[in-house]
Amino acid sequence: MSAPPSIARVTLLKDLRLEWRSKDAINSMLFFSLLVVVVFSFSFDPTAEESRQIAGGLIWVAFLFAAVVALNQTWAREMRNQVLDAYRVSPAPANSLFTAKVLGNFIFVMVLEALMTPLFIAFYRLRSLGPAWQLALVALLGTWSLVVNGTFFAAMSLRTRSREIMLPLLLFPISIPAILAMVQATTAILDSDPARFWIVLLATYDLVFTTVCLLLFETVLNAE
Amino acid sequence: MKRLFPILVVLTGILLSYGLYQALVVAPTEQTMGNVQRIFYYHVPSAWTAFILFFVNFGASVAYLIKRRPTADIIALVTAEVGVVFCTVVLITGPIWARPVWGIWWTWDMRLTSTLVLWLIYMSYLFLRRFSSSGETPVLAAALAVLGALCVPFVYFSIWFFRTQHPQPVVGGGGSIDPRMLHALLINWLAFSCFAFLVCWSRYRLEKLQRDVDHAHATASLLETR
Amino acid sequence: MRANPYLFAAYAATWIIHITYLATIARRYSRLAREVRELQK
Repeated sequence: MSAPPSIARVTLLKDLRLEWRSKDAINSMLFFSLLVVVVFSFSFDPTAEESRQIAGGLIWVAFLFAAVVALNQTWAREMRNQVLDAYRVSPAPANSLFTAKVLGNFIFVMVLEALMTPLFIAFYRLRSLGPAWQLALVALLGTWSLVVNGTFFAAMSLRTRSREIMLPLLLFPISIPAILAMVQATTAILDSDPARFWIVLLATYDLVFTTVCLLLFETVLNAE
Repeated sequence: MKRLFPILVVLTGILLSYGLYQALVVAPTEQTMGNVQRIFYYHVPSAWTAFILFFVNFGASVAYLIKRRPTADIIALVTAEVGVVFCTVVLITGPIWARPVWGIWWTWDMRLTSTLVLWLIYMSYLFLRRFSSSGETPVLAAALAVLGALCVPFVYFSIWFFRTQHPQPVVGGGGSIDPRMLHALLINWLAFSCFAFLVCWSRYRLEKLQRDVDHAHATASLLETR
Repeated sequence: MRANPYLFAAYAATWIIHITYLATIARRYSRLAREVRELQK
C-alpha cells in the first residue's frame, strides 16, 4: 500500500494528464474566460479612477463564476466510470483523493485567472498603486478558499437532485466572509491601502476550512 | 410529557403578553427615534433566539456525526428550520425599523448583515436536506452544519472590520441602555425563547410522526414484494 | 398603545410569520394523523 502523498500525486497527475489530452475543457474554459471579461466590460464601463474602486469586486465575481464552472465537472469523470465506488472499497485514505482533487481544481482555476487577469487589466485600464506581489498572494489564498470548499460541496452534491445548482447554493453563503476579504484586500491593494487584516483573515479561513474539509471528507464520501 | 405541553403553552402566552406590555407601555420612549424604537424589543430577542437555535443545531449535528442517533438528526433539522423562521423575523423587522429612522430600507449594519448571511447559510442547509437522496441526508446535513457553524465567527469578524472601515447607520443604537429598556428586552427574550422551544417541540413531534409513517410504508412495501 | 404605523407593521409581521409557520406544522400534522388512521384500518 502506497503512502498517502504518492496516491495524491498519482491522482493529481492523472487528472492533469487527462485534462491536457482532452483539451476540451481547457478550450471551452479559455473561451468562457474571455466571454466573462467582455460581458463585464459591457455591463460596467467605468473611468480609470472609478474602475480601481470596483475592479476588486468585478474580478472576483468573474473568478467565482469560472471556479463554479470548473468545480461542477470535477467529479463528473469519476462518476461516469464508477471510480468513486472503487475508491470507497480501496484501502487508500479518502484524504489523498480529496487533496488530489483540490490541487487539480486549484491549478485549473489559477490558470483561468491568469488568462483573465491581463484582459481585465487591458479592458479596465487597471494600474495597481500597491505592491503587485500582494495581489498574487490574495489570488492564491482566495482561490484556495473557493476551491477547497467547492470540491467538498461538489462531492456532497453528487447524489442530490439538481446537482449543478446545488454546488453554488452551498458554496456561496459559506464563502461570503472569504469573498468579502478577497474583494476588500484586492481593492485595498489597488488603492495602496493596508490590506493586512483581510489577508490574515483569508489565510485563517483557508487554514480552518482546509482542516475541517479534510477531516469530514471521508465521512461524506461514505455517507449512505 | 403530553400534559406538560399545554401548561407550557399557557405560561409562554402569559410571558409573551407581559413582554408586549413591557415593550409598548412600561419601557420609556426613546429620545431620538421615538416610539418606532420599540421594534427593538422584538428585533433583538429574535436575533438572539435564532443564534441559540443555530448553536443547538451545531451541537446536534456534531452529536449525530459521532453517535449517529436519529434523534440528534431530527433536533438538527428542527432547530435549523425554526432558526430560519426567527432570522426571517429579524430581516423583516430590521428594514421596517430602518425606513422611518434612516429613510432607507436596508443598511449594511452589523446585525442585519450577519443575520442575512446566517439566514443564507441555514437556508442552504435546508435546501441540502430537501434535495439530497434520503439515505445520506443526515450525514451530509450534519457535515454542512459543522462547516456553517465554523463560518459564523468569520462572518462576524469580517463584517465588523468592514463596518469599522465603512461606517453605516446602526439599526438598534449603541451605547448604554436604560435599565427599564434592558428589563423589557430580557423579558421578551425569555418569552421568545420559551416560544421557540414550543415551536421546536411541535415540529419535532411532526417530524417523528412523519418518519414513523415513512418507515411503516417502507416496511409494508417490503412485505408485499416478498 | 402607540399609533406609529411602522411599529405596528413590525409587530404584526413578526406574528404573521410565526403563525404561518405554526399553521403549516398543524396542517401537515393533521394530514399525517389522517394517514395513520387509514394505515391502521
